[in-house]
Amino acid sequence: MASQMATPPAPPLTASLVGERGLLGHTVLDRPALTLLGLLAVLAIFVPLLNLEVPETSALHVTTYTVALLGKYMTYAILALAVDLVWGYCGILSLGHSAFFALGGYAIGMYLMREIGARGVYGNPLLPDFMVFLNWKTLPWYWYGFDMFWFAALMVCVVPGLLALVFGWLAFRSRVTGVYLSIITQALTYALMLAFFRNDMGFGGNNGFTDFKDLMGFDLHAPGTRVGLFVTSVVALAAGYLACRYVVISRAGRVIQAIRDAESRARFLGYRAESYKLWVFVFSAVLAGVAGALYVPQVGIINPGEFAPLNSIELVIWVAVGGRGTLYGAVAGALLVNYAKTYLTAALPEMWLYALGALFVLVTVFLPRGVVGLARAATVGRRKVSRA
Amino acid sequence: MKALLVAILLTVAGCVFVGPAAAEQAPGSFAAAVAELKDAGYSRKAELIRGLAEQRRPGTKELLAALLEGNVYSRASDGKVFIVAPVASGYALTDPLTGKSAGTEPVEGFEKVGINNSLRRVLRSALAQFDLSSPDTAARLAAVKEMLRAFDEGGAPSGAAATRTLLEEQLKKERDASVKHEIETGLALAALGDSSPGQRLAAIQSLASSLNPDVYNRLVALRDPSTEPDSAVRAAAAAAVRHIDSWRKFYGVIETLFFGLSLGSVLVLAAIGLAITFGVMGVINMAHGELMMIGAYTAYVMQLLLPNAIGASIILAVPAAFLVAGLVGVLIERFIVRFLYGRPLETLLATFGLSLILQQVVRDIFTANNRPVESPSWMAGSLQVNDALSITYNRLVIVLFALAVFGVLQLVLKRTRLGLEVRAVAQNRAMARAMGVRTDWVDALTFGLGSGIAGVAGVALSQLTNVGPNLGQSYIVDSFMVVVFGGVGNLWGTLIGGMSLGVVNKILEPYAGAVLGKILVLVCLILFIQRRPRGLFPQKGRAAEA
Repeated sequence: MASQMATPPAPPLTASLVGERGLLGHTVLDRPALTLLGLLAVLAIFVPLLNLEVPETSALHVTTYTVALLGKYMTYAILALAVDLVWGYCGILSLGHSAFFALGGYAIGMYLMREIGARGVYGNPLLPDFMVFLNWKTLPWYWYGFDMFWFAALMVCVVPGLLALVFGWLAFRSRVTGVYLSIITQALTYALMLAFFRNDMGFGGNNGFTDFKDLMGFDLHAPGTRVGLFVTSVVALAAGYLACRYVVISRAGRVIQAIRDAESRARFLGYRAESYKLWVFVFSAVLAGVAGALYVPQVGIINPGEFAPLNSIELVIWVAVGGRGTLYGAVAGALLVNYAKTYLTAALPEMWLYALGALFVLVTVFLPRGVVGLARAATVGRRKVSRA
Repeated sequence: MKALLVAILLTVAGCVFVGPAAAEQAPGSFAAAVAELKDAGYSRKAELIRGLAEQRRPGTKELLAALLEGNVYSRASDGKVFIVAPVASGYALTDPLTGKSAGTEPVEGFEKVGINNSLRRVLRSALAQFDLSSPDTAARLAAVKEMLRAFDEGGAPSGAAATRTLLEEQLKKERDASVKHEIETGLALAALGDSSPGQRLAAIQSLASSLNPDVYNRLVALRDPSTEPDSAVRAAAAAAVRHIDSWRKFYGVIETLFFGLSLGSVLVLAAIGLAITFGVMGVINMAHGELMMIGAYTAYVMQLLLPNAIGASIILAVPAAFLVAGLVGVLIERFIVRFLYGRPLETLLATFGLSLILQQVVRDIFTANNRPVESPSWMAGSLQVNDALSITYNRLVIVLFALAVFGVLQLVLKRTRLGLEVRAVAQNRAMARAMGVRTDWVDALTFGLGSGIAGVAGVALSQLTNVGPNLGQSYIVDSFMVVVFGGVGNLWGTLIGGMSLGVVNKILEPYAGAVLGKILVLVCLILFIQRRPRGLFPQKGRAAEA
């Protein structure tokens, strides 16, 4: 099963371009990485300029709506990176990654709710509206500290990371692998969804959190804040990509890929497979949490629907479409599928599910390496032709 | 017709029997009472009605029934009282004394004999006395209940005493156990309000094994010193309540078990097809829920085709759903799953995509609205075991149906050529091929078998919930849990796993609530898989390696 995932190593770059050098001549900044970073830099510079500086009448003007949409795509791309890291490089098909995403989102959402303060409908300075509505008198203990941004930011990483640590420790230690692992990760996100739907959980039940006012004092509806969030997301994507790339080419990364390809063999060679898997899983969960935390202020709502198992599976297909085990493929897949979704759900709403379903089937049956694999096959073919 | 005849005969016989003693004064007093009825006040009317009821004259019942329905009028010209039936030209009159028609007269010149709510109760109770002699057990039971209600609502003590006498007489000649039980309970309940502590004590003794909710409430009230002055009675009531409580708890446990088993049967039905595709073939089919949905829609379509035969359509829907879902399953195997053998994660994704497509197809054909599938009459209602325990027939049918499906499937796998080949391919594909088994054909048929059973499960589900495009989705996680919990590749594991998950769910529900209970079960399952990664009944030997 795993052998199809192995990708041929990317050609190493000349020494002048590289920062750190990994094993086997791999570098953090290989050619795809540089291309991606270049594109992201272009986005980070031009989108804000075209939004803020170019007048609205101009054809080149980028609307605030588009900025928010692109920002959302960036967070999805980070999420896709997180999935690719565990699936493409470690062979763990997690169907529960949207749980980590949503937990990160809820953590920042709690901060945003506390930031509303007395400006809510009920004007209670301490309690969010939904708690006043449910007739709660005091703030639950787990809401303490979320009025401070640094604490919420810490929780964005800690909560998903801790869940992944406990869950992963239990799962990997008893060597739950393959589809079993997929199913129980799905059960995990399903259970969390049911739990967050409950009003007595203290997370707003069905409605979740919404109606946010500002973030660290900046008005969330101001174009400047939107652009700021967009740029932050782009930077986070770049940083996330580099971090994943670093993990992948590090020594541990090689072990992780060895575990993906032949877990027992790696174990017999003396590597503690479960520890490696656990750490890459936790890292991936934290990355997903960060993506969720960037997502929520940009879309302005977080509710238990984000935990839905469907979301988790959908994001797996982003990675599959892009081509797993390449990182940049995951980014490309997330952007492609989500652009298609935005376009289709507006133009032909009833066609979207057909298209998504067909995508699942076609990609897995005909394109096991995704569009990246397709593109690579095309270039390899051309090279062969030119050499001949 | 027959019942009417018997009733007439009985009343005639009753008349003859009562005859000599009562006959002399009866006609006169009956006529006088009827005449007085129109002018009397409500409390006097109540006495008159009780008096009329005790006489048991032919025609009394009709008069009282008409009075209850507001069809008794008096003629202004001479004050005569008639039972009327409105017709086009006015009122068709019937003389209550003779039971003969008295022609038709215009509406003007008649005045209604009025009744109020308390009179209605008196009338109902009086009418019930007539039903006491009905040959129909259900009618007698209803009559007893109606008369017992008179005790609860108080009313005149003389009336209560008369009712009691009537009931006691009925108790002596009553043959049917349920009616007897009802009378005894009712009389004892009435005796609880008796002024002598000895009577109350005796009543408590006789009620100590009753599960009737009224009895329970009365006994609970009797424990209270403010309602019951006698301490011995209080102690007896407390003991009786404890006794009843323990029985209620016992029946409560049985009911929970039954609910759990019926939920478990649904889970087993949903999971058993999966146990074949996943357990035997090792193929993860995320579209399994949608195959169930297809089965449920097949039941709906069958009902549209046979709107006049709901029972037959459900029975026919079972093989139809098996064929439709099985065919879809074979197609899925031939066109998608076949290319993905040995790559379970990819199979998972591809079949998931397929499930999205199937849902959308159904949405486009049947719209996104839920479709109701009617239950046949033999699945409606419930089996009333006693006052504390009743079992609804549709749940009972589902349990039996799940067991039947399981049995048939076991037979197919253990006793048929196909089953043999399926097991051979599951154990050792290469060896089976070498022995001449057409493995790809067997794969397709196995997948079709699992899918067909999903369709059959869908028919069962259509009887429990509305049929909608998301029907299958809600069961997919649960069914995987059942298969994983029971042990992959083991049908007995699926049966026991499903049933125990259902029971555990229902046991947890009252303590934790439905949602939290479900979460607890999921968490427990995740922990369980840690301890036993291969389920309750893991495969052993060579098959486990594959």
